[in-house]
Amino acid sequence: MLLKEGQVRIPAGCAISGIFHKDGKRENGENIIKSIAAMHDRSNGLGGGFAAYGIYPEYKDDYAFHLFYDSPKAKEECENYLKEYFEIISMAKIPTRRHPRITDEPMIFRYFLQPLRTALEFSQLDEREFVAQRVIFANKNIEGAYIFSSGKNVGVFKANGFPEDVGEYYMLENYEAYSWTCHGRYPTNTPGWWGGAHPFALLDCTVVHNGEISSYDANRRFIEMFGYSCDLLTDTEVITYIIDYLGRKLGLTYQEIANVIAAPFWSTIAQKEPEERERLTYLRNAFASLMVTGPFSILVGFEGGLMALNDRLKLRSMVVGQKDETVYIASEECAIRVVEQNLDSIRAPRGGEAVIVKLNEEGR
Amino acid sequence: MAIDFLYPQYEVVRNMDRCITCRACERQCANEVHKYDVDFGYMTSDESKCVACHRCVSLCPTRALKIVKTDHTFKENANWTGKAISEVYRQAGSGGVLLSSMGNPEPYPIYWDKMLINASQVTNPSIDPLREPMETRTFLGKKPGQIQRDANGKLVNNLSPQLELNVPVMFSAMSYGSISYNAHASLARAAAELGTYYNTGEGGLHQDFYQYGAHTIVQVASGRFGVHKDYLEAGAAIEIKMGQGAKPGIGGHLPGLKVGPDISRTRMIPEGTDAISPAPHHDIYSIEDLRQLVFSLKEATEYQKPVMVKIAAVHNVAAIASGVARSGADIICIDGYRGGTGAAPTRIRDNVGIPIELALAAVDQRLRDEGIRDKVSIVIGGSVRNSGDLVKAIALGADAVYIATAALLALGCHLCRTCQAGKCNWGIATQRPELVKRLNPDIGCRRLVNLVTAWDHELKEMMGGMGINSIEALRGNRLMLRGLGLNQKELDILGIKHAGE
Amino acid sequence: MKRVYVDEKWCLGCHLCEYYCAFANSGKSSMVKALKDHKIAPRIKIEERNNISFAVSCRHCEDPLCVKGCISGALQIVDGAVHIDSEKCVGCCTCILSCPYGALSHSEQGAVQKCELCQKNEFGQPMCVQGCPNKAIVYEER
Repeated sequence: MLLKEGQVRIPAGCAISGIFHKDGKRENGENIIKSIAAMHDRSNGLGGGFAAYGIYPEYKDDYAFHLFYDSPKAKEECENYLKEYFEIISMAKIPTRRHPRITDEPMIFRYFLQPLRTALEFSQLDEREFVAQRVIFANKNIEGAYIFSSGKNVGVFKANGFPEDVGEYYMLENYEAYSWTCHGRYPTNTPGWWGGAHPFALLDCTVVHNGEISSYDANRRFIEMFGYSCDLLTDTEVITYIIDYLGRKLGLTYQEIANVIAAPFWSTIAQKEPEERERLTYLRNAFASLMVTGPFSILVGFEGGLMALNDRLKLRSMVVGQKDETVYIASEECAIRVVEQNLDSIRAPRGGEAVIVKLNEEGR
Repeated sequence: MAIDFLYPQYEVVRNMDRCITCRACERQCANEVHKYDVDFGYMTSDESKCVACHRCVSLCPTRALKIVKTDHTFKENANWTGKAISEVYRQAGSGGVLLSSMGNPEPYPIYWDKMLINASQVTNPSIDPLREPMETRTFLGKKPGQIQRDANGKLVNNLSPQLELNVPVMFSAMSYGSISYNAHASLARAAAELGTYYNTGEGGLHQDFYQYGAHTIVQVASGRFGVHKDYLEAGAAIEIKMGQGAKPGIGGHLPGLKVGPDISRTRMIPEGTDAISPAPHHDIYSIEDLRQLVFSLKEATEYQKPVMVKIAAVHNVAAIASGVARSGADIICIDGYRGGTGAAPTRIRDNVGIPIELALAAVDQRLRDEGIRDKVSIVIGGSVRNSGDLVKAIALGADAVYIATAALLALGCHLCRTCQAGKCNWGIATQRPELVKRLNPDIGCRRLVNLVTAWDHELKEMMGGMGINSIEALRGNRLMLRGLGLNQKELDILGIKHAGE
Repeated sequence: MKRVYVDEKWCLGCHLCEYYCAFANSGKSSMVKALKDHKIAPRIKIEERNNISFAVSCRHCEDPLCVKGCISGALQIVDGAVHIDSEKCVGCCTCILSCPYGALSHSEQGAVQKCELCQKNEFGQPMCVQGCPNKAIVYEER
């Protein structure tokens, strides 16, 4: 029998695409679906998914949890667990439409949550750490329940299938986001477990990733020292945790995070001005075990921004296009052209060069 | 007495058709095995003195010599082997402790040889080190685990003192005294040229080698030989030697006959006296005492240098390492039971300690379980024989390795394991001037640089094969290893899967 | 010009240079054939007393006394190296007496022999240098 994510490590190749409106303009999911559909051949039907920012304005201060349940029993167990730590502001089934190519669906639920004040105070943790720990705990320990989205005003939608089918299945035309990322998966041997699809998310940080990192176990064994549990054994999961640790826990900026996980070569660092040289040397040395090598291109979504990053050698394709206040990032240029033909600019960022876009004044 | 007679273990075979009686063998054998017989007009040999160091074999210009294991035998006995019987005879005759040199030669399992390395295929491209950068530079030392910013939001460098290695291989501790001036000169010069470090061992630092201080680790052992302020300040790092893989539980031994004027001055002991280090540090009877020594040394050097603590791989090494990591040490060095020595009691060398592979895996995992792996770097030694062992060590979790036996081999050592006699024909483990000069540091340095450079090339090739282009990504990357022929317990301790899984 | 230099600091007194020299100039195909049961007369010789030893061979002086004193014109400087033409040598031994280093000697063939940097034999490179186990003899430009 095939082992699912978490039981075995499954390498994968993929397609990624992202659309970001710096001015905060929100658009529905039609364009992002069109974009990823253009790269159909980069997926093999064993996983697709989307992350959308700004979709829950009416619940923007609540943690939006999206859950897969394998059984009513798992749902009951998980809800009991959540109730110990959270007030459930609202809950419902996530609306889906029947789709001929999306089958074997689990129960899919959405909760808007507020941490219980008493539980939060008792934990002596800051709120985000409190929520993150609950997510990690539930995913590790509650059999048959899987929290695949846990941020504020952000939602992840993923399933087993081609990404364009997944988009239709989740009726993404009904959601309006200022930032969309999307992923089509080409895994080598997954049985097609829904939780194994991308994006991978923790709080408001979502990651879609194309590649297979060679540093996986070095990264995993290091990051697990800090309370993370890499249960899915996927690259995306570990990259997400690294970004969460460096950004949320240590306070590095996204630029600095990029300098850690795709640190420049020593020969490149040697050519920099003294101050920059010292900064890059420090980051590379101090967080050496979080450097990620092997081919990857990732899109990291976070509240108010998006970062695109390639591995140091640029072993995966990725292009960035811009039209007015909208930024398009995709594995292939065609996936951008299909939604915007008159780009102001288009370029391929160098390996290790972080492209970071954020909402501008008016967008915030 | 006849009862003490032991037939020589090795025989000198001379092809008389080839021997041209140049007498190089005679002149080069400090053990006086070879002799020219004027009456016969040919060379003769007394194999009872032969230690199988191959000096004569290597220099013989007509390849007329070879050393073979004798076929003289006791009656076959799988339990009372010839070795076991001979050792009883020797001890019955002498009443003394049997002494040996270099690492444990007994046929225990070699875990390096039961692990295999991964390579990329299809889903992940391998990287060609001839065409792409491939980085093996390594920093050793405590990592901060948090950041600090100045008033302008700029990152502040809050790193503790670090050692920077161009290649994750260092030369481990061998004292001046146990090895020769020229051996030290070769190691010091090679370390400087390679951009790595050599270790003084516990015998102090000869005045001539202070110039290599930036590539020197100065050791402080229980005997405190040659330790003074200038010495501590001369090195790039200070290593506290708590134990040695070849002889866990006891201190260093340097026979008085090796303590000449230079050694005496460097060690700060009288000429001709035995230099026997105490078994423990008499100011360290527990872990809190170690912490005090660590910080005394840091105080003495104004917190400018990393402090390393070297321990032997013994049964509860993981717990010990955890204690050491919390003692303020920046780097933990673990020495396996195969590690070499200039002199050790044979029974201790052959029976005490555990394999470095298991010790490393246990320590690395333990420090991770406790969330303190980043507070300390791990350097391992005790028989890293080639770049394959090096790759496996790093994948198991080592930051860098120490080599010593391999380094001595590069200098000409033939592992005859007779260092304690002080008559090393290769000019390494001796203090006799006419023997010391046999090791020309120009040659020695070149060969050491060649060896480490070759390993670095091979390391890069294997990393590239795995799709890794920076050594950081190999460190602790145990998915890159698979076991072969190991039982589940061994796999669990090593933290690796079996081949095929 | 490249010359053979010796450094007594690294000389072990093993005398192998003498044997390599004798072999190199023997014209034989193997050292055993050349030197087995044969008393060698090499062009390089180890001088030794107590713990000091070093090899002595022709230094190829810039202004060599041997060439100056040669009555038959057998000794000549060719490209900086002092060579001997044994056809011309009359065996007067003036050169042996005039060399301050003692680098010339009688040859088994009757004439005088000296180090010619192995340029006239099949090796082309000084074999004493090749055979020295400790780089006490080097062939280099200084």
